[in-house]
Amino acid sequence: MTLLTGAQIFVESLYKEGVEIIFGYPGGKVIPIYDVLYDSKFKHIMPHHEQGGIHAADGYARSTGKVGVCLTTSGPGATNLVTGLATAYMDSVPIVAFTGQVPRAMLGTDAFQEADITGITTPITKHNYLVQDVKDLSRIIKEAFHIAKTGRPGPVLIDIPKDVLQEEAEFVYPNKINLPGYKPNYEGHELQIKEAAKAINESKNPVIYSGGGVIISEASDELRELAKKANIPVTTTLTGLGAFNERDELSLGMLGMHGTTEANLAISNADLLIAIGSRFDDRVTGKLDTFAKDAKIIHIDIDPAEVGKRKLVDIPIVGDVKRILTILNKVVEEKDRSEWLALIDNWRKLDEVSQVRKDKKKLSPKEIIEAIDELTQGEALITTEVGQHQMWAAQFYKYTKPRSFMTSGGLGTMGYGFPAAVGVQVGNKDSVVFALAGDGSFQMNVQELATVAKNKLPLNIVIFNNGYLGMVRQWQEMFYDRRYSSVCLKMQESCPPGCSSPGDHCPVTTPDFVKLAEAYGIKAKRITKAEEIRPALEEAINSPHPYLLDFIIEEEENVFPMVPPGGSLDNMVLKEEA
Amino acid sequence: MKHTVSVLVANEAGVLARIASLFSRRGFNIESLSVGKTDNDEISRITLVVEGSDRVLEQLTKQLNKLIVVHKISDLTKESVVSRGLALIKVKATATTRSEIMQIVDIFRGKIVDVASDSIMVEITGNEDKITAIEELLRPFGIKELVRTGKIAMARGKK
Repeated sequence: MTLLTGAQIFVESLYKEGVEIIFGYPGGKVIPIYDVLYDSKFKHIMPHHEQGGIHAADGYARSTGKVGVCLTTSGPGATNLVTGLATAYMDSVPIVAFTGQVPRAMLGTDAFQEADITGITTPITKHNYLVQDVKDLSRIIKEAFHIAKTGRPGPVLIDIPKDVLQEEAEFVYPNKINLPGYKPNYEGHELQIKEAAKAINESKNPVIYSGGGVIISEASDELRELAKKANIPVTTTLTGLGAFNERDELSLGMLGMHGTTEANLAISNADLLIAIGSRFDDRVTGKLDTFAKDAKIIHIDIDPAEVGKRKLVDIPIVGDVKRILTILNKVVEEKDRSEWLALIDNWRKLDEVSQVRKDKKKLSPKEIIEAIDELTQGEALITTEVGQHQMWAAQFYKYTKPRSFMTSGGLGTMGYGFPAAVGVQVGNKDSVVFALAGDGSFQMNVQELATVAKNKLPLNIVIFNNGYLGMVRQWQEMFYDRRYSSVCLKMQESCPPGCSSPGDHCPVTTPDFVKLAEAYGIKAKRITKAEEIRPALEEAINSPHPYLLDFIIEEEENVFPMVPPGGSLDNMVLKEEA
Repeated sequence: MKHTVSVLVANEAGVLARIASLFSRRGFNIESLSVGKTDNDEISRITLVVEGSDRVLEQLTKQLNKLIVVHKISDLTKESVVSRGLALIKVKATATTRSEIMQIVDIFRGKIVDVASDSIMVEITGNEDKITAIEELLRPFGIKELVRTGKIAMARGKK
């Protein structure tokens, strides 16, 4: 009988799970693992902050559909995962995070670099483990991967004390999983599916409201079939973008707070809402009482806890979206809905009016994103941070395929997109990857420029530079009487108090992103004129190296349409007040 | 409305913390909770009493079900059940009041489990009402200390 150390069992177990890439940051308690990794076949990507590592694992998982793996040391290494775990938990991303822990004998003594990471992460992981015995390690790893990727996916954390990594045991990788408390339901109830088909066949003005669950379940083809067969328009949530080709005439784009006019008005006037793999988030529904107020609601979701959580549902179907849609598509009837679609077309025109801007001198974000869209034909993989640029990226890029838009939808994590793009590029070597960021959020994980440079990742980093935390500024403009409290990134002590008139006279206190990129050996360019947009983007896309583009955009550009917080979807602010 | 919920969970370290933290972060208030092993060493039973509408209870049940350590949940509220709590009450007693206290305990089928020169400790089991009733009767004598367990419950018959 050959005995392996815990660290060796860790590596062998990951081989068994088919893991290829680990996003990890070394530290004292995980040296035994790093010692084994030294001779292993894994590609190891070292971020420059553990938060960057877990977001990279998240981007890798979202873009490839595989489980993202990250590894950190105990204490601060582990606690630096918290934001990344919460981000992945909210958007149902499969991640297995390994953390080192102090030796068992020192547990609970406030030892050096000790943190109760299982206690800390219980509310933001699907499940977590503290390994108390090396004999349990392989079983726990097997269970963790199973839990992370099945049912409604989510992050799982495994905390391993250092002495468990050094102890020896026989390596046996279990064939079977024994988790009596974990039985995800994949099969939708047949009668309910029939009931849903009947409702769809009888409806005149149905709308499909499709969420991230459609992408997770790999059900884009089935979704398209349903929409096409029954002529039903499709709106998607932020995390659902790409599940339905936005170049299709049935696409309504995104719905919700910054959704399209046609999507929000279609929801408000629908007689049937078919919610698929979506969870009625408050940024989607606006005022709950008036959301789809005249519609019968069908809700298909794998997580029973999401059904009826925020909105009562007429026809709930719990199970895997792909399987349910496959059955549903067989019983749904073809139907002409040209009247309803014509009505929607009229609403579409309202949208176009709201997006025309002519009075501004600096670059418009819409122009930039539309140029990226044209140059990449909706084929690029795009990540964003959180804020205005995120909404512009959602509105103006026309996503054509699933797993092409990686963004923190549920938690709204600034600092997510850039490190996530590292994972996306690592997992999709030949794809064109764009990391879109605001000048505020880019600085949240700016250290990952080093990771990009070191690994020669041909990322296209695009900064929408307006000198502001733009989305908060927009809210302050609209709802707080332009009192720009702490949102100006250029603000200095010498500035007049209560300034709300930014401009070229302002001091420069945000970093010069071009010089910053160059300091890491990354090519970069600042773009200030409209005619420079396309050539700069083309150069970046065609370059085999990482490229940072710093676009100086209108300081006070807003995101429209907008449903004011707590408002009804049919009551949008379409454009700037004159 | 008050609900009595019985939850079978894995008998592992940290399970109670998972359940309790789920309650706090979802804003559900636990009125009483008792926990102990079942006849199976690997499974513990938690009996919870929570206040809330049927909708609140439905959400709570679904959220509890999502925890990997939870095996089974039953809502006993509308079932025919036997439910019990236990209280230990230390009440002031003098030579003159002692017999009166003993009479009350007797009526409630409680037990005297300790006698000291100036106090008596009473053990009482029963449903909530019964325990509250004896508590009220003993209060005039002066209650020095009181401890009550959470409620435990089990459905009658085959279930």
